[in-house]
Amino acid sequence: MPKTLFDHVWDAHIVRPETPDTPAVLYIDLHLIHEVTSPQAFTELRQRGLRVRRPDRTLATMDHSTPTTPRNALGIIPVIDPQAIAQLDQLRKNCADFGIPLFELGSANQGIVHVIGPEQGLTQPGMTIVCGDSHTSTHGAFGALAFGIGTSEVGHVLASQCLLQSRPKTCAVRIEGQLHPGVTAKDIILALIAKYGVGGGTGHVFEYMGEAMRALSMEERMTICNMSIEGGARAGMVAPDETTFAYIAGRPYAPKGADFDAAVARWRTLPSDPEAVFDKEMFLDATSLAPMITYGTNPGMGIPIDAPVPTPEQMPDAGSRQELDAALSYMKLEPGKPLLGHPIDVVFIGSCTNSRINDLRQVAHHLRGRKVADGIRVMVVPGSQQVKRQAEEEGLDTIFKAAGAEWREAGCSACLGMNADQVPPGKYAVSTSNRNFVGRQGPGARTLLASPLTAVASALTGVVTDPRTLLDQE
Amino acid sequence: MEPITTFAGKAVALPIDNVDTDQVIPAKYLKVTDKSGLAEGLFTVWRYLPDGTPNPDFALNRPEAAGATVLVAGRNFGCGSSREHAPWALAGYGFKAIISPYFADIFRGNALKIGLLPVTVDEETYHELLSHIEEDPETSVTIDLAAQQVILPGGRAVSFPIDNFARHCLLNGIDQLGFLMQQDEDICSYEAASPITLNTHL
Ligand code: SF4
Repeated sequence: MPKTLFDHVWDAHIVRPETPDTPAVLYIDLHLIHEVTSPQAFTELRQRGLRVRRPDRTLATMDHSTPTTPRNALGIIPVIDPQAIAQLDQLRKNCADFGIPLFELGSANQGIVHVIGPEQGLTQPGMTIVCGDSHTSTHGAFGALAFGIGTSEVGHVLASQCLLQSRPKTCAVRIEGQLHPGVTAKDIILALIAKYGVGGGTGHVFEYMGEAMRALSMEERMTICNMSIEGGARAGMVAPDETTFAYIAGRPYAPKGADFDAAVARWRTLPSDPEAVFDKEMFLDATSLAPMITYGTNPGMGIPIDAPVPTPEQMPDAGSRQELDAALSYMKLEPGKPLLGHPIDVVFIGSCTNSRINDLRQVAHHLRGRKVADGIRVMVVPGSQQVKRQAEEEGLDTIFKAAGAEWREAGCSACLGMNADQVPPGKYAVSTSNRNFVGRQGPGARTLLASPLTAVASALTGVVTDPRTLLDQE
Repeated sequence: MEPITTFAGKAVALPIDNVDTDQVIPAKYLKVTDKSGLAEGLFTVWRYLPDGTPNPDFALNRPEAAGATVLVAGRNFGCGSSREHAPWALAGYGFKAIISPYFADIFRGNALKIGLLPVTVDEETYHELLSHIEEDPETSVTIDLAAQQVILPGGRAVSFPIDNFARHCLLNGIDQLGFLMQQDEDICSYEAASPITLNTHL
């Protein structure tokens, strides 16, 4: 029977097949852990006297509760929050006790878990990758099956390197056509979720395909796969191709020499067979897309940036009318009014969705020789220490600082507001992150999700701005 | 884990769609290294007014809702973050089951692991339950895990789907990790045959 990309990866990782009474035992190739969702799993292991089965397939980083404040005179990133200190200490102890490599806060390789996997070459096609974090879907951009798990499951993988899983359904997401200038990968995924809803992919694994997807760089594919979870899909995948192989080649953990060639030969067998059948299909025409922005309190509440905020009359049922009412009252936005020109207070450029070097280059390109609007706080937070170093080598940090933006240390930062990087109550932020939930960026924060291009355009004017105006000026 | 069989409990309604796990428990409560005290942060944005006092209008704070163990929630409950802190907080607060037209995948899996039952019902049953609760805030439902049925106040029994293995584990108080640890032989042979080489100890 013809197989999909998902089937190829899934079938190759079956330790024990699914039966009517038991789920499949699925082998996990790479387990990434961080300080927030792992401590209770290690406690479980200790209580049961279990070891970590494959510390050599496990890697830890510090990202969620870590501060991103600039280093002190000693070159150290100061952690002040006692709870964060305890959590980081616990991770250090767990890694030391169980022999797990750790990318320590501020060290050369530390960063957001979904940024470091790919940049280190740990993320490879055909692998199964899990992490106690829903945006593990990011790694699917390489043709890996990658998904988020809960803490109990983190314990399962630590102890057995396996998970008990029922086979999900597959959904082909065809993205055809070509993007217009000013429209980016972020706009593709925001438009897809706006079209199919935040629950549209529930129970399914997405495979993104089509002309528009093939044209994207690995970083852009990661941006799209990252937000699969926002569309309800636990994982999103892209078939590996020459773009994928070129990205991986030469990275620290990637196979080398003849091993690399052998791996590429294996990776070439992964794409879906031509006759493969999916359980469901979704479609998006990239040519028709405008830059997107969200107006509400879930990532599906998005509109083309030049469109008005929807009105209750446009909603299909009572439930969604109520949801819209609640969202607009929290966001303090009026139905039927345009978002363009709406004043903003903060711009956040960062998160595992958009904090890689190309995102920062794009932002710097438009900030060069300019100033951000008066009174606007602009945070630029690199996804990893490596991204930070590279940006500094290229002088991007100088551009950010000269423009009046903050250049911070690597981490999740204002994406989830677990540290001091927050959007103040009632303030509006244009954010390149992935979630606009109530209070996500801090209590009372009002988040407008958008692409880095829209974020920089808005940072320059202090109001929600169509990024295509930047291109007109060139 | 304690075996779960049949239980009856007072139901409280939260008829909001797409309740994300950031609403169930915000990130600031995730800085713990254990599972205790999370109930405090449950639905905190809705439960408390900005001055920290309980919001009298929030469903869970109404006197009639005291002691409720079943939450009837809108579609796509538990979307967003994978934080198991969400089911921990719900269970810590006293909930034993959540009834919804459908759950987000990760939340459903996490809830099952800790014995908080995610009960998926059709739209009609969902609305019927909401009207029961609206008419009588003391409404109680019975959940029979062995029979995979919810018994509504009028006596109507509605079947709900649940993964066979999870059901077996919950009914017998078996933990899934124990089962996985018994697969050692198969795991070893799988590892010996796997073509993927990777070593995180560079
Ligand atoms: S950047 Fe945001 S979404 Fe990504 S891992 Fe960190 S908290 Fe999660």
